[in-house]
Amino acid sequence: MKSVSLSIDGKKITAKEGTKILRAALENDIYIANLCAIKDKAEPNAACRLCFVEIEGEEEPVTACTREATDGMVVNTRGERALELARTGFELLMASHPVDCANCPANGVCELQKIAKHIGGKLKTKRFRQLLRELPIDDSNPLFTYDPNKCVLCGRCVWVCRQRKETALLGFAHRGFKRVVTTFAGEPIGAERCLDCSACVEVCPTRALAFKGGEKGLGYRGWVV
Amino acid sequence: MTQTDPGKTAEEKAQSRQETKQALKGFGRKKQNLIPILQKVQGRLGYLPREAMTEIAEYLNIPDIDVYGVVTFYNQFRLTPPGRHSVRVCLGTACHMKGGYITLDAWKRRLDINPGETTTDREFDMDTVACVGCCTKAPVTVVDNKPEGKVEPTRVDGILLAFEQEREVKDKEESESS
Ligand code: SF4
Ligand code: SF4
Ligand code: FES
Ligand code: FES
Repeated sequence: MKSVSLSIDGKKITAKEGTKILRAALENDIYIANLCAIKDKAEPNAACRLCFVEIEGEEEPVTACTREATDGMVVNTRGERALELARTGFELLMASHPVDCANCPANGVCELQKIAKHIGGKLKTKRFRQLLRELPIDDSNPLFTYDPNKCVLCGRCVWVCRQRKETALLGFAHRGFKRVVTTFAGEPIGAERCLDCSACVEVCPTRALAFKGGEKGLGYRGWVV
Repeated sequence: MTQTDPGKTAEEKAQSRQETKQALKGFGRKKQNLIPILQKVQGRLGYLPREAMTEIAEYLNIPDIDVYGVVTFYNQFRLTPPGRHSVRVCLGTACHMKGGYITLDAWKRRLDINPGETTTDREFDMDTVACVGCCTKAPVTVVDNKPEGKVEPTRVDGILLAFEQEREVKDKEESESS
């Protein structure tokens, strides 16, 4: 297969033709903020709108997970215009996130904390009015809890659930602000149909899906799915 | 969030299952047919009970959560049986500005249900809509397909009172004729 050479933040890298910028960057240890990318899934979810980068010669920043890397491309992941868009997207997400890091199993390994730091965004946004969803926590599974309030609708768990099972258990329901990751008819996640493979917990970037207790609480393996 | 269709007997469930199977006849087993199928089944049953969604998922060989996802995405689909009377509270821009939410609160209080639900006596179902095209009369509530204008909370009481009287008259007539 043909390969392309490009530069990201001044680093020369090569990637297979057709590779998206985000993938090329992450595979070469250049981090770009993202919540919805999945290593084993070629088509991007393109749901989080955090992966903005600037490309030399282009007016507007682009989402790195949807744009193909091309030969001679010069990418800047630290451009102010791109980061500003990412910050806005991030703070909009956080405006409906119940931020309580001190009492959260994700504290310290949370992808949201990492992104806040990386793009210089705020976990507790002042720019937007807070609007919480106040949905009930699902405690029914023996291995993990599901707190939809902390879900950022990245779709990773939905995808991974479909890889492990004949018919998927997890999916999206409702619309707009009420959109939620849930099961058929909003049934408890611990009902007999879950295989308890906990693959979903491992891909959740925010600990909306979190192991019950202990060391296992640090389940997230991020991009490495 | 959880689907509400309590108090349904086993026979009623089997009945909806049967009706759904009937409705499915003639449809190809393609995902693209999901919405026309849902419309047809709802046309027959008046709503989309759990059994119907399960049946449809099996027929199309897709996860049941995906059927549920589509049903909850579109306003036209219902998870609860329709009431004898339908109440649609407009929350379009004009109605919003004119206190549509206050009207909605009044309906919620009086009927003791949330949007998308049906009263336990199956007398009323209620939901919200976005602009029904007569903004000059905002806040609007469409009652049994008839748009009512200037529906302030007192008007909500008025509409409900009218239904109550209607029912009393009917009950009386029925008891006299029998
Ligand atoms: S998920 Fe992350 S940002 Fe949210 S409360 Fe937990 S640690 Fe804080
Ligand atoms: S539960 Fe976690 S993995 Fe699933 S969509 Fe929400 S944030 Fe993403
Ligand atoms: S990684 Fe690009 S939109 Fe989420
Ligand atoms: S906004 Fe209610 S009728 Fe137009």
